Amino acid sequence: MKARVFVRPKPSVLDPQGAQVRRALEGLGYREVTDLRVGKVLELTLEESDPARISTRLEEMCRKLLANPVIEEYSWEIEGLVSRGEWH
Amino acid sequence: MKFGVVVFPGTWSDCDFHYVIGEVLHQPVEYVWHRERDISKFDCLILPGGFSYGDYLRAGAIAGRSPLVEVLPDFIDKGGLVLGSCNGFQILCEAGLLPGALMRNECLQYRCQWTHVLVENVETPFTRACRPGQVLKMPISHGEGRYYADQATLAQLKAQNQIVFRYCTETGEIVREANPNGSIENIAGVCNTDGAVLGLMPHPERASESQVGGTDGLVLFYSVLGSLVQEGSFQASR
Repeated sequence: MKARVFVRPKPSVLDPQGAQVRRALEGLGYREVTDLRVGKVLELTLEESDPARISTRLEEMCRKLLANPVIEEYSWEIEGLVSRGEWH
Repeated sequence: MKFGVVVFPGTWSDCDFHYVIGEVLHQPVEYVWHRERDISKFDCLILPGGFSYGDYLRAGAIAGRSPLVEVLPDFIDKGGLVLGSCNGFQILCEAGLLPGALMRNECLQYRCQWTHVLVENVETPFTRACRPGQVLKMPISHGEGRYYADQATLAQLKAQNQIVFRYCTETGEIVREANPNGSIENIAGVCNTDGAVLGLMPHPERASESQVGGTDGLVLFYSVLGSLVQEGSFQASR
């Protein structure tokens, strides 16, 4: 089973990297980008097929390591099955 | 007082700390591999700077979940002291032993330079040999040193006197120009609620011999040793 975890900086956190990337896009002529923030995607391959169990353990992985709750929020999806939807 | 210098894969300031503690201060010091869970023989553990685990995922994230770091709360409960510098500070925040987080420098540049910090709390075991308002000159060397804490955490830090160092000018003014990385309110170092755990981005171990440009870093070690410096010789209180 494959899962994807998305991590992004919390809205209240300054993202100078995102700001710089936006400026770089502007320099290439894409002036319509008013804001840009950089996050990351982690792709997991899991030896587990029970969606409920995957959900529980993915949540734990996110909270314990994959995202730093002080500065980041996360969401995840299990390929083809469940999408967590909202960010935490 | 027995010092332990913790080594993670990718740590690099371990040698400098070991050298200063062992060769400059002539104190018992050992390297401790990050998998060691029996740390009872140490009085003070140092988490040095470097790029543990290549800063993968987030700086200090993986090291913050090491076996040794997992037993640090117990070590601290039993009276142990912990000093984290640079990557060590990042590790302590990632482990939840210090509040807040360190992020990419606001200027996006890696900053390797001398800085000045104002000592705001002289009651911690690491700063009790300092005068209130003393300015220390120490170098920094980091790309992710911007200290961040949300407003609620910041209010707590202030209320509990946990802000230990702030970036300042040579004359102790806390201004934006003296802030090398965009840290909130120029915060360069914080401690936990009882002061036994200190994290700071600057490198005291690189400001402990005049040959390298300054000795202000020594005062942190002197504080820990609870010592008095008299005419070039000093006595440890333990």
